Amino acid sequence: MEIFSQVFSKSNIAFMFQGIGMMLSVAVVAILLSLLFGTILGSVKSYGPKPLRVIVSVYIEIFRTTPNLLWILIIYFLVPFGKEIPSMVKDFMSGSLAFTLFTSAVVAEIVRGGLNSIPKGQFEAAASQGFSLFQTLKMIVLPQALRVSIPALLSQVITVVKDTSLLAAVNIAEFTVNGRIVIAQFSGNAAAMFLVYGFMALIYFAICFTLSICVRRLQHPKVISEAKHSEKMLPSAQ
Amino acid sequence: MPFGAEQWRRVFEDFGEVFGAGFLHTLEFSLLGLVLALCIGIILGVFSVSQLKILRIIARVYVEFFQNTPLFLQLIFMYNVLPSVGIILDVFPICVLGVGIYHGAYISEVVRTGIESVPKGQIEAAYSQGFSFGKAMRMIVLPQAFRVMMPMLANQAVNLVKNTSVTAMIAGGELMYLTDSWVGLYLCYGPGYLMAGALYFVINFPLVTLAKHLEKRAKLGPAVSHKKAPKEMPEVAVVEVS
Repeated sequence: MEIFSQVFSKSNIAFMFQGIGMMLSVAVVAILLSLLFGTILGSVKSYGPKPLRVIVSVYIEIFRTTPNLLWILIIYFLVPFGKEIPSMVKDFMSGSLAFTLFTSAVVAEIVRGGLNSIPKGQFEAAASQGFSLFQTLKMIVLPQALRVSIPALLSQVITVVKDTSLLAAVNIAEFTVNGRIVIAQFSGNAAAMFLVYGFMALIYFAICFTLSICVRRLQHPKVISEAKHSEKMLPSAQ
Repeated sequence: MPFGAEQWRRVFEDFGEVFGAGFLHTLEFSLLGLVLALCIGIILGVFSVSQLKILRIIARVYVEFFQNTPLFLQLIFMYNVLPSVGIILDVFPICVLGVGIYHGAYISEVVRTGIESVPKGQIEAAYSQGFSFGKAMRMIVLPQAFRVMMPMLANQAVNLVKNTSVTAMIAGGELMYLTDSWVGLYLCYGPGYLMAGALYFVINFPLVTLAKHLEKRAKLGPAVSHKKAPKEMPEVAVVEVS
């Protein structure tokens, strides 16, 4: 029990929560930015002019096929952020930039899937009312497509939260890094390791499990309504 | 100079022992990890649709636990903590186990989705002909579910290959790890990382293309009569898991 109070001393807890703060701020910024960029990329890939479509496809393929860790390293070592910026801010910026890059590619694919599910008639109807393509997308199609995509997007949020742990590769002071620094104080004490890693697992689990419940809640009504729909269809099919 | 000619020369000079060797190790990890993940995934996927509550609970707990904690944390747990309780594993089995166990959870969800896409009538018909649960699954439901599962499995394979790079953080000895230690040594960050990226692309691009092809095929013609599978489902469901 003594080790418990030593591990979870006030300063250690504060230190680990600092890490959680870094993890969540990188995740939130990256998610918001990639929602924006991903939606743009997805719309361009579906309805943009041909040359832009090709560029966006190449972008998506590159980030879909190469590991996230690679991009974290590339951004960290190769993008100059200027010397006068404090290192904490620099870490935060390079972390969020890396996550925005590859998450945008995933979001773009999700949005494209959502766009594909919108019936063509919507476009025709909008065109008949004098909407331009951009207006149609912005006011009619994208709101519907994004609604369909919400479960997939939330799953991606879970992935982003989990993957922030990869920032440990470049020693950005997020949760896992700070947790391991706390462990290092106890020079390999097994109980301390269990406690800290257990605590880390618990926090990640609490965040991600909550989100995954939301995913399932959102998916469930749709599944039911589809099942009902197919049941209704049955008699006429027979 | 991040991209000097001298650095490119270095990359090609050490290609075999750094990038070539890493590439082969990554392939090795991926293949073994995928086999393990498929075994776990199929077993747990069947568990999650079984009639026994206990089996469903086991599958649920496994999936939720491994999907909702980072792979990196699972790996360092095996790498740092298990030795202190007397379970000492080599790095190689830790990497394969780590990646396999983690993706097993995702694949079991894929398998579940696939099985649920096969109409209930199929299994009822099988029961009426005296099939047991296991036999009906193996001979009737799973072969049909496979068609829906294939594109999602190909996407899972892509993610699995990408995630073998996480083992670099416990000195796994695969492409990412060898690249990272080599570029640090010779300060060839630019060309080194680009080369590693290109090699991952070489593995994953065929898989992504295959996934797209399978998606198209799954959408085109229902060879089996799964009326319940909505046509747009693979599109949306495929990207959500990673």
